[in-house]
Amino acid sequence: MNSTYIAALELAAGAVLVSAVMTLWRRSVRSIVSMLSLQGMALSVVAIVLALHEHEGALFVTGCLVFVVKGLVVPGLLRRVSRLDPRSRESRPLVNVPASLVFAAVLIVLSYVVSSRITGLSPSDATHLVPVGIATVLVGYFMLVTRRRAVSKIVGLILVDNGIALVTFLLTSGVPLIVELGSSLDVLLVVVVLQFLMVSMRHHSDTDRLTEMKGLRD
Amino acid sequence: MLILGILAIPLATTLLAAGVSWRPWIGWATAVSSTAVLGLGIWLCVTTLSGSQWALNHSLRADSLSAFMVVVIATVSLLATLFTPRTMRQEMESGITTARYARHYVILMQVFITCMLLAVLTANLGVLWVSIEATTIATTFLVSHRRTDGAFEASWKYVILCSIGIALAFLGTVLIYYAELHATGSVHSSSLDWTSVMAVAHHLDPNVTRLAFALLVVGYGTKVGLVPMHSWLPDAHSQAPAPVSALMSGVLLTVAFYGLLRFRAVAVAALGPTFPRTLLVVVGIASLVLATVMLIAQRDLKRMLAYSSIEHMGLLALGAAAGTPLAIAAVLLHILGHGITKAVLFLSAGEIYYLEGTTEMAKFSGLLARRPALAGIFGFALVSLVAFPPFSLFVSELTMARAEVDAGLWWAVAISLVCLSVIFAALTRHGRQMLMGTASTTDAAPSTLAPSMAIPLVTALVACAALGVLSWPLQSLLAHAAQVVMP
Repeated sequence: MNSTYIAALELAAGAVLVSAVMTLWRRSVRSIVSMLSLQGMALSVVAIVLALHEHEGALFVTGCLVFVVKGLVVPGLLRRVSRLDPRSRESRPLVNVPASLVFAAVLIVLSYVVSSRITGLSPSDATHLVPVGIATVLVGYFMLVTRRRAVSKIVGLILVDNGIALVTFLLTSGVPLIVELGSSLDVLLVVVVLQFLMVSMRHHSDTDRLTEMKGLRD
Repeated sequence: MLILGILAIPLATTLLAAGVSWRPWIGWATAVSSTAVLGLGIWLCVTTLSGSQWALNHSLRADSLSAFMVVVIATVSLLATLFTPRTMRQEMESGITTARYARHYVILMQVFITCMLLAVLTANLGVLWVSIEATTIATTFLVSHRRTDGAFEASWKYVILCSIGIALAFLGTVLIYYAELHATGSVHSSSLDWTSVMAVAHHLDPNVTRLAFALLVVGYGTKVGLVPMHSWLPDAHSQAPAPVSALMSGVLLTVAFYGLLRFRAVAVAALGPTFPRTLLVVVGIASLVLATVMLIAQRDLKRMLAYSSIEHMGLLALGAAAGTPLAIAAVLLHILGHGITKAVLFLSAGEIYYLEGTTEMAKFSGLLARRPALAGIFGFALVSLVAFPPFSLFVSELTMARAEVDAGLWWAVAISLVCLSVIFAALTRHGRQMLMGTASTTDAAPSTLAPSMAIPLVTALVACAALGVLSWPLQSLLAHAAQVVMP
């Protein structure tokens, strides 16, 4: 029982990180969105496995919520955006794909180094996986700063958020349900807002020029 | 329940605005709603003066610090909502807005105000994060309200930067929760309640708390507009309609700062004063220096005001770094004085933009001769902004500096005084050129200012001066509120 629990937890947490790195590797928005969907589902599996192991009803509810919001709704929204956008490829990242993957490896090592102080407080099978969550956060930030397309920036934001959610599940078996509900709603709304802004900008002028954020300056 | 009443009023106004299409009276209704919140907020202050609290089972709580923040939010939102009918009429005349967008504007303004009130009235540190992030969502469409390229770019930048920044604050909150669970040993219904966290703050793991506080300073610092995550601020403030800029600069920044004040108390109790102080001094000085550099050669009126907000947030960070009861009381007075002054400045800047069609300062020099009333109000507000007596910013800056010297931060005071003198010179030069420079156009008849605009702005400035001269209505309230966040 216990070894199945550990194996399931490691597999699901690993899937979160692997899908994060895959978003750096793939270029078409369609496959990046599939990776995000996979990641959301893996994240919900982490929550549900933990909930079953620790008999936590609230965490089980959170897991189901994560499955719907991060596994289905958010990727669905992004898929709609990419359908609107004919040139749905990350054509000119600031750092090319092979170099990005090397960077990702460095970030993963780094996250193991910084996490040791946190996980030392209460070592357990779950907290040992915290570096995986931190690495997902860092990969998300890397994506945000090195990809130029508007969609890629939204993807980076979602990666950061999923990474933080993973850390939350592993460290504390999730935050209180009210906070979890609120933060999921916030994330969902941010994605809706960004999508809406992209669509409004498209009706209005050149989206990519605006989302590169170079027009306003001193 | 008083707290529920305070939250219910703007919520009811939101529903009212959502239920009907735009009419000017809805704008006035929002002003009435802000007045009612202000009244309840003052009542809340009076009742919490004895040290008592209003609480609703670990979800909502009002101590005197929350009550003070409610008054600040209500005061600035009253000023901003009083200008809603006027702003909407002007924008409809010039074809920027239609009735549809005016309705959205009013709804979002009320949601924005409700979220800020929830942020200061919640007992739960997680809900605090949720409501501050929710303000980002509500204000995005307010920033892009004008639907120009610049407005879209500013709101895009605003959402992206604030969301990634404040994600760090969530991670910090989770780490505090982790340390709290470890200190108490089990999950309670009161977990993440600020008072419960404070009760075990001495037993929080120092390593985890240190990392958490650093993440919280950067994370909430994004929303406060502190360096290094400030760069959304000048764009968003300069592109948003004037009442929105007034609310964002006047209170949104300081509501996020309120979150930092609560977490600072936790961090000081867990780690001792040195680490939180060092961190706050570093971001404070960095913000102050950046603002000084950007203010010297600033050409745009609204960007100038935005950078001045970064300057004042830096001063608040330094005050919080000193952390004595006197320093915190001065920080709170500064929050109120800055809120009122900045609201007056942004609202009159909005009127200048409407009349002159530009916010580039060189293009409307000699404003005093052409529009004496408007320019006069703007000029006095600028005098208040550079902390000249009798305005309250003078008192609060002086008190903060004194408290910082007492706390051994004399070198930080020295740096901030140099920055403040340079800023004083820069703002005076910009102000003189704008108000008294040779006029570029020869517009003969000096125009007057509508009383509906002049009365609230003049009242606000008089109130600001009165706060500086008479500390009477506030002194014990500020002392109580400062005592709340003493570890």
